[in-house]
Amino acid sequence: MRLHFVFQEIWIGLRRNLTMTISLIITVAIAMALFGTGMLLKRQVDSSKNYWYDKVNVSIYLCSKSSSNSACSNKEATEQQRTELTETLEALPEVSEVEYENKHDAYERFKTLFANTPGMLAATKEGDIPDSLRVRLKDPSKFTTVISAAEGARGVDQIVNERELLEKLFKIMDGLQWAALFLALIQVFAAILLVGNTVRLSAFNRRRETGIMRLVGASNMYIQLPFILEGAIAGLAGGFIAAILLVGSKLLLIDTLQNSLQFATQLTWTQVAGVIIFSIAVGVLLCAGASFLTLRRYLKI
Amino acid sequence: MINFDNVTKVYPNQNRPSLQHCNVAVEKGEFVFLVGPSGSGKSTFLRLILKEERPSQGHVYVAGKDLNKLTNWKVPHLRRRIGCVFQDFRLLPNKNVFENVAFALEVIGKPRRFIAKVVPEVIDLVGLEGKQHRMPDELSGGEQQRVAIARAFVNRPMILLADEPTGNIDPATSIGIMKVLDRINRTGTTVVMATHDAAIVDAFRKRVVELEDGRVVRDQSRGVYGQAY
Repeated sequence: MRLHFVFQEIWIGLRRNLTMTISLIITVAIAMALFGTGMLLKRQVDSSKNYWYDKVNVSIYLCSKSSSNSACSNKEATEQQRTELTETLEALPEVSEVEYENKHDAYERFKTLFANTPGMLAATKEGDIPDSLRVRLKDPSKFTTVISAAEGARGVDQIVNERELLEKLFKIMDGLQWAALFLALIQVFAAILLVGNTVRLSAFNRRRETGIMRLVGASNMYIQLPFILEGAIAGLAGGFIAAILLVGSKLLLIDTLQNSLQFATQLTWTQVAGVIIFSIAVGVLLCAGASFLTLRRYLKI
Repeated sequence: MINFDNVTKVYPNQNRPSLQHCNVAVEKGEFVFLVGPSGSGKSTFLRLILKEERPSQGHVYVAGKDLNKLTNWKVPHLRRRIGCVFQDFRLLPNKNVFENVAFALEVIGKPRRFIAKVVPEVIDLVGLEGKQHRMPDELSGGEQQRVAIARAFVNRPMILLADEPTGNIDPATSIGIMKVLDRINRTGTTVVMATHDAAIVDAFRKRVVELEDGRVVRDQSRGVYGQAY
């Protein structure tokens, strides 16, 4: 195998098809950047899901003087009501822990949670968040029994299933992720067609050479390798550009989302590197594979 | 060396066979003229030897091997042992004489030192000494065909196939080309040459196989082109 010869052929092929090669590289870069972004979002959502689902509770807000719920009749829930409710909930097999949080603790927690959003802090003062029972479940998906047990009990103002709130958020994130992957899929389709056209042009440009190679008994691999590597190199170049775009998307998109949405877990650069390497590999394999398949049609062996 | 055993070839979408029940045996070191009008099956005959086509019926044997049984990935190895020359030379216009000949060795992975040694020898053999660095468009038709012959012969094949090698060349120059082919034949290489050129066939007095409508109508040692011409 004469590597020098093969690389010379690749260089000639890429140069003759310069504009096609450039458009191929751009398409692959965008496809892989979108693909990678989708994967990063997925990782972020998955790890946040695990983190949050462990922590979420069903919060049962108790009546306060300012409650709008008519069942409270503008009276604060009594200590007796609270103890009764706590005991009922603790008796349920689904419940692992019931925790009482008074107004002061609730406000402190609120302050740390929204430390980055001064507007929210200014609009809320201690006492706005009522006393609550925070019910932790053994299996967070089995919240219905808890809700039905607490509903209608005396002294209960509002029941909030935090999981439902989180799920709305995760749905949006999922939507973003699928949108990115869908766009990536369209780009991948375009990239495959472009590889096909590039290889076809390349095969046409080099039909004399390949004709002679066939005639003098060059092995199929020797004839096809320059074409396949041509595709692979374009894929690699596209992959590198995608890597830069992905670093950008981690810094601009994921980290911004993280700051504003209070994700407790942060994607590490190792995870990002994993996604980048995977995207580059997919880009290279995609282009090399598409070249190989097109060659079977346009290059007679 | 080459053996056609009852070979029939029908191309798809054509009713008339290009070759019908051909039986031809060519021995090692022979020089054979393949003659006949256009469309008589000469090119098909050569393409079958290269396994560019497969016979519809019958068997083609090259060096004792049945080409029907040759797997596709072994076809390149068959072709390394067969050299080919065409009417239209098929040189690479952006490579000089040396590079054109060297190309045939490069693409089968021969080492550079071997190429540097062998290529000039073959260029001398075909009578192009001192013209190694000329580009194809700086050469006459006869010289270009010599380059093509050098390329076909540089890997020392056991068979040289020539499809109308003098078709684009004037008669005086053709004699020179024939002398080169004759020289190659004398090294023990089997030569099969398809041609229309009656004068050359008559002058050389080698074995003549005549095809007409895909049938072998004459197989004559030391023959001439034919009475009709």
